Formats: sequence, C-alpha cells, structure tokens
Amino acid sequence: MLMALLALLIVLLALAAVGAWRAPWAGRVVHAGTAAVCGGFCVVAVLAMVLPPVAMTLPFGPFWGPAMIALDGLSAWFLLVLGLSGGAASLAALGSGTDWPPRLLLPWPAFLAGMALTLAAADAFTMLLGFEAMSLASWALVAAEHDRAENRRAARLYLVFAIFAAACLIPAMGLLAVGPEALGFAAIRETPPEGLRAALILALVVAGAGAKAGLVPFHAWLPLAHPAAPSHVSAAMSGAMTKVAIYVMARVLFDLCGPAQPLWWGVPLLALGAASALLGALRANVEDDSKVLLACSTIENIGLIVMAMGLALAFRGADLVPLAALAAGAAMLHALNHSVFKTLLFLGAGAVLHGALSRRLDSLGGLIKTMPWTTASVIVGAAAAAALPPLSGFASEWLLLQSLLAGWRTGALGFQIIVAAATAIAALSTALAAAAMVRFVGLAFLGRPRTPRAAGAAEHPGAERAALVALAALTVLLGILPAPLLDLAEGGVRLLVGGVDRPAPALLGIAAGDGAARLWPALVFLLLVVIGGGALVAIRVRRTRFIVSGPAWACGFNAPPPHLPFGDPLTQPSAAGLAQPLRRMLGGPLLGATERVTMPDPGDTGAATIVSRAEDPAFAWLLAPLARVRDALVVPAERLRDLSIRQYLMLSFALLIAMLALVAVLERG
Amino acid sequence: MEIITGILTQLVHMALVIAGAPVLLGLVRLAKARLMGRRGPHPLQPWRDLRKLLGKRAVVAETASAVTHVAPWVALAAALLAAFLIPSFARGMVLAPLADLVLVAGLLALGRVAMALAALDAGTPFGGLGASREMAFAVFAEPALILAALTFSIIAGTTNIDAIAGAFQDGAVGVRVSLALALIAMLAIAVAENGRIPVDNPSTHLELTMVHEAMILEASAEQLAIWDYQAALRLMLWLSLIAAIFFPVGLAAPGAGPVAWLIGIGAYALKLGALGFALAVFESSIAKMRVFRVPEFVGAALLLGLLAAVLLFLSTGFA
Repeated sequence: MLMALLALLIVLLALAAVGAWRAPWAGRVVHAGTAAVCGGFCVVAVLAMVLPPVAMTLPFGPFWGPAMIALDGLSAWFLLVLGLSGGAASLAALGSGTDWPPRLLLPWPAFLAGMALTLAAADAFTMLLGFEAMSLASWALVAAEHDRAENRRAARLYLVFAIFAAACLIPAMGLLAVGPEALGFAAIRETPPEGLRAALILALVVAGAGAKAGLVPFHAWLPLAHPAAPSHVSAAMSGAMTKVAIYVMARVLFDLCGPAQPLWWGVPLLALGAASALLGALRANVEDDSKVLLACSTIENIGLIVMAMGLALAFRGADLVPLAALAAGAAMLHALNHSVFKTLLFLGAGAVLHGALSRRLDSLGGLIKTMPWTTASVIVGAAAAAALPPLSGFASEWLLLQSLLAGWRTGALGFQIIVAAATAIAALSTALAAAAMVRFVGLAFLGRPRTPRAAGAAEHPGAERAALVALAALTVLLGILPAPLLDLAEGGVRLLVGGVDRPAPALLGIAAGDGAARLWPALVFLLLVVIGGGALVAIRVRRTRFIVSGPAWACGFNAPPPHLPFGDPLTQPSAAGLAQPLRRMLGGPLLGATERVTMPDPGDTGAATIVSRAEDPAFAWLLAPLARVRDALVVPAERLRDLSIRQYLMLSFALLIAMLALVAVLERG
Repeated sequence: MEIITGILTQLVHMALVIAGAPVLLGLVRLAKARLMGRRGPHPLQPWRDLRKLLGKRAVVAETASAVTHVAPWVALAAALLAAFLIPSFARGMVLAPLADLVLVAGLLALGRVAMALAALDAGTPFGGLGASREMAFAVFAEPALILAALTFSIIAGTTNIDAIAGAFQDGAVGVRVSLALALIAMLAIAVAENGRIPVDNPSTHLELTMVHEAMILEASAEQLAIWDYQAALRLMLWLSLIAAIFFPVGLAAPGAGPVAWLIGIGAYALKLGALGFALAVFESSIAKMRVFRVPEFVGAALLLGLLAAVLLFLSTGFA
C-alpha cells in the first residue's frame, strides 16, 4: 500500500516535469494524470482505513537519518479528503480549458504531491518538507496570474504568512524531538512534552498550522489568495490544503503530544475556532465577489472544525472519552464534508467565471436559465454549506452542536461558560452561513441577469459539468450516510482520543451518546421525500392545473422601457442591498462597517447614492501595526548599508565571537 | 403492541396537526379582531381561503425559474415533518426517537431558506428586501433556540423533545429560574420566527416594513396556498413545542389507552387555545418595531438563553 502511495507520488513528480513542457497537449495530460492519481489516493486511503496501519522506512532521507512514511486511520482519512477534492478539481480543470501555461501546470502536481507527502510523513522532517513544498507550490499557483496588481498583492501576503507558518512549525518540531535522530513520530510519542515545553508547542502549532488553515487572527491572506488563483486551484486550496493544515494540528496536538494534556488545552482552539466561525461567516455576508465570499465561508468552516477539535482535547483532558470521540468524529466528518461541498462551490464559481465571465455578484443573475446544471449543483452545495438537513453539512454540524451541548459535563465552571458562549457562536455562525449562501445563490443564479454577459452565459458540458454533478451527488450521499463514514473514521478517532465503543443505533443513524439524542439522516431524507410527494399528490389529485406566465407583479411596478430587455437593473436587489440588514446589525462592531447615504434635495429627481464599506479587523489590528513596526525597523537597518569598511569588519568579527560564545555555552550545558 | 399504539398515536397526531393548523390561525385572528372591537372572521376562514386559492389559476412571473415551483413543496415538507415530530397529546409516537430539537431547528432553517430563495427568484425588489431581513432575524433566533436546547439538555440529558417532555412531566425537575428564562426566550423566538407583531405584521401588505409577506408577493393560487399553509403549520409547531416542553400536563404516556388520549387531546386544545389567546393579547397591546430594533428584541432572547444556562451551571455547581 505504501509502495502504491510512493508510486503515485513519483507519478505526480513526473507529471510536474511534463507540465514544464510547453506543448498544446501538456494541460490535458497533466490534469488527466492528476485526476487519476487522486483517484488512486482515494483507493489507497479507503484500503488503509480498513486494513491495519502500516509504516515504512525509506532507504534515503536527510543526512541524519532515513525518511519515514506511514498510513494510519487519521492520515488515511485526510488522504481521502485530498483525493476527493484534488480529483474533482483536476477533472474540472481538464474540462475548462486547454491552453494552460507551464507556470500553472508545473506547480499543480507538485502542490498535490506536497499535500500527500505531509499526510504520509512519519517523521518531523518529512512532514515539514511536504508542508513547505505545498506552501511553495500553492504560492506559485496564486502568483501565476501576476499581470494583475491584486494578484501580486495576494501572492505577497500569502508568502509572508507561509513563511510565518514555517517559522512557527519548524521550532515546534524542534521542541517535539529530543534529538536529531529522534525525529520519527514513534520516537516522539515515547517522550511526550510536558509543562512549559508542551504549552510552547501548543502555541507554535496553533499559530503555524492555523496560519495555513486560515484561523483567526492569521486569516487575512485567505480571502485574497484563494480567489486570486484559477478556480480549480482555489477549490483544492479551500477543500484540501486547509484540511492538511488541520491534519498537522491534529497529528501534533492529539497524537504526538500524548494523551496526558490538561483540559485547558482545548480553550485556545475553542476560542480561536469560535472567532473564525463568526468572523468568516459574517464577512461572507458582506463580500460582493463570489470567490471571496466562498473563501470567507471556508474560514467559518475551519473555525467550526477547530472548535470541535478544541472540545475533543478538553473532553480528553477531563477523561470523558466518549464525548471526546463524539467531538473528534464531528471534526473529522466536517473536514470531509466541507472539503466536498466547498470544492463543489468553488468549481461552480469557476464554471460561472468561465460561462458568464465574471466573479462579481453584481454582474451576474439569472444564470439558472442558461446554466441549469451548474445552478442545481451549486444549490445542493450551498444548502450543505448552510447546514440544511438532510445534506452533508447538517450531519457534521449536528455532531458538533451535540458535543457543544454536552460541554457542561466537564464540570469546570469557567469552561462550562466558555462552551455555552461557543455554542451560541456556533449556532450564530451556522445561521450566518445560511444567510450568506442564500445571498450567493440568489444574486448569482436567481432573478434577472444584471449584465448582457450574464444573459448570454453558457454552460460548458463535459468534464467540468461532470465534476460538479458528481460532487453534488456525493454531497447528498455524505449527508444521508454519516454512520458508515464514522465507522470508517473509527481508526482516526481512536488515534486522536483513545479507544471507545461508539453507541450505534441501527438504520444508518448516529447518536450523541448513550441515552442522548439520535439522528437518522437517511430516514429524514426519506420522510421529507414521502411527505413532500404525499402532499403533492393530495393537493394535485383531480385538479387540472392552470399556470399562466405574466410580468412580475412587484406591487404594481410598471413594465420596464424597451431599451431594458431584462428589466430595470435598479429594481433588483444588489449585493450591497442584500447585505444591508446584517451589515447594519452586526457589521458595525465586528467589521467596522460604515454607510453613507446621500439623498437628493426634495423635488430633485437625481439619484440617491449609498456608499458602504466594511473591512476585516485583521488589517486594522494586526497587519497595519506590523507594517508600522516594519517601517520603524527599516530605517535603522538601512543605515547598515552606509558603514565604513572598518565597521563592517567589526560587525563580522563581533558576530563570529558571539557565535563562538553561544557554542561554548551550549557545549557546557 | 407498543409499535401499534405508536403508529396510531402518530396518525392521530398527524391528522390533528394537518387539520388544526389553519383553525388555530383562524382562532388567533378572531381573538385579535374581538380584542380590537371588530367582529372578526369565522375560525374556519383560513381553510376557506386555502380552498379558494387552490381553485384559482396561478400566475407566475416571467422572470421566475424552477425554484419558484419547487421551493413551496420543500418548505411544506420541512414544516410538516417538523410538526409531525413534536408531541401534541401523547408521548411515544413512532417518530419520537427522531424528534430532536436540533433537527427541528434544521428543518425550520430548510423551510426558511426555501422561502428566501423563492423570494429572490423573480428578481423583484420586495422579495430581496424580505429575504435579507428574514435571514438576518434568523441569525439571532437560531442561537437563542440552541441555547434554550442547552438548558433543556442539561436538565433532561438529551435534546430529544419527547424525552424532554417526559422528564419535565415527571415533575422531578421542579420549578427553576432557568426554565422561566428559557420560556421567555422561546416565546420571543416564536414571535420572531412566525413574523408576528412586534417583529413583523402578519396582516400587512405593501409596506416597506414587511418581511414575511414581502417574500411571497409573487406567489398566487396553489403556491400562495402552500406558503400560507406552511406558515400556519409553523405557528402551530411553535406553540406545540412550547406547550410540550413547558406545560406537559395531560400528555398521555407512551402506550396509554384511548381515555388518556382524549384527556391529552382536550389538554392540548386548551393549551394551544391559551397560548394563541396570549399571542393575540400580546399582539394587540404592542406596536410593531422598526426593523433595525428587532435584533435587540431577539438578541434579548439570546442573552436570556445564555443566562439560563449559566444560572444552571452555578446552581448545579453549588448543589
């Protein structure tokens, strides 16, 4: 199995080499190849979850020891996530164009290979190698369309955060390993960190992996970088890359740091997760670019997953293993579900960009008539993102809410209050996500076209559409089958929180615990269909239906003038208009939203104008102060350029002395 | 035997809900009219309206798509399923294990999203106005409901409505401040979710302040009938939920006989009547709020829900 995985990795490297070739067929070969490799990842992952874990020491590696790879329940689960998301993204890329430049084709297989290597790694060095390869390749993909200034800005910010992530993760791994020869995960597990060292590792991993996953306050790059890349790359970044970061967090904090960590370990994760969920969901409601909106929704879902992980850590610290297993199952299931529906939504936004040539919600509208397949798939994905039963998002958020509702069982009053607040925020974010998805679907796909381009949109049949429809079907399937999925995730959950017998009700149901609430998503689905169908028959039986089509009533608006064939665009809600209630209710304190209305004088027939803006607090509170510090440091640092030769020599000599002193101190210690 | 009584109870309950929802709405309208000094329509008027609408020809906007045709059925199925799950006169219905409060919240969200999408479908200004406001109010109402569920699940150990009603019926719970706070929160959410005064005015048309009615302006005939019916179902559902959890008096035990059922049905009718009358009195004695004051109203429910949970932590901590 591991040999198969290695072979797939080598195929990916070969595909990267093919991508460097400037040939008309290169795009097709690379994307078809990566789609096949991702299918292979899925097969290997499912096999690895069914079979016992395997590990292998490679005959090569860094100079201090061989590299090690392994597959267990946890890494196999995330490999499945990678396979599904990457496979669908490759398929869509295969269908959406042929003239791909090498600067997009070369990093794409490397990106997938980096993620797979991170998941398969069984020692700290290999994991970091894969993680950094993933960062670098994804940066190249973000920067690929660098002829636009905003993409250059996004790529630069992304690079800064990638370096920050590395600067946190590398010391964290150094703190974990007791020596250069003990970088293997097995050796690390034997000497789990304690006390201050463990706390430092927690902080570094949350910051480092969190910066890659888009956790607040390290999320500022995500709504810029994900939309800047081509759509299939955005899909894989949101669907797979953020999950790889989650995997690193789970692997280090749950597995490598050992089971003996205290209850409060869950608190930072819970708090940052709640903040991410709230901020991401709220921003998704005010953005007017479809891909930025989806990227903000990714921040929200990452927040929900991290909340579940924090709960699992806390429950494990409080020796409530069944509840810890419930929360860990929620985190893993939501990681998979979010990956599938977010890949679907990003590919849908890509299909819209391909068919209607715009990402701006204010230039779309009415696409359901010209792009019916895309619209139907996106509605399924949006309903899952809005956590509507019986789709996939609901099953995992049900598990998350149930584990939050059980948070009071830890017994510590402070933690109980934190969990109660987190419960409210989780429910609030879910409702915000529903509002954001309604706004997205309503503006882009329903209503009237807002521009001639939207009216003339066209769907692209073939691989692009097949990827969307397959993902939509998978979203429904994952929604009604969470029970077998949790069985499949059992190995991973066991690895995270220890062994536990899951209460298993029959009929494909899931349970929150013995005697606690249960959910049968398949039954809910069936009942909805039966009840809806029954109502349809009962109402329509023996009734001839007369339906006539007429102009929209709209409280008696006049018909639009003939030069406006799609109606007056001003009478249709705009992106800013639909965002207004939530922007006014919550945007003020959280996003610094402002609104300026200029009304014409009475009697004047001129148009009124409204200017509204909202900004992510990360820019004002984190990046702007950092930029000021940088500017303050640059001026003295620049002076180093103007030193005399004597001063330069002094500087090098002093550095040499300092290094020698450091070595002397370290040797003595 | 248990299963057969379960199925029978479920069928009676379903018939009761399907037939009773418009009657309850009619009674509330009648009570409101009487309180305001008018004679008011017959309680069966909502049923007559439905019959009239179903006999009419539907006019659908040219700009509308398949969403306009599908959404009413989705919302109706969601509302019906949610209403079928909440115990009315007896516990132990065959669908009782499914009656999870979080699932009910999800089904309500499903209906809400279907309605909002239908509102946006024709591309008219009022539809967008209503949809964005409805979704914004839900942002406050949904967490308040989940926090109320937190209070119940701490006391009863589960979020299953049937089990909560059972635990509260046994009387082992006693009178608690937390439950009183949760009751106020649930009442406020019920008012907001059903678009009643002071959040929205159910009898208004053509006003800039309307929310629910603005979303169904383009619906006619069969579609309008379905939207109106599911709105009546939601009112029934919320009042039944409050009655089942906070006033479980008279609920027939699982497997009980017809006599207990009759008592249960009588108690149910009384409870719904009382809650409906209270709603009419409340609506008649208060003015509608500005739209942007509504978050304060529903946000207060959210805070009360949080306070209920925290009080419970404190009291169990010291006990």
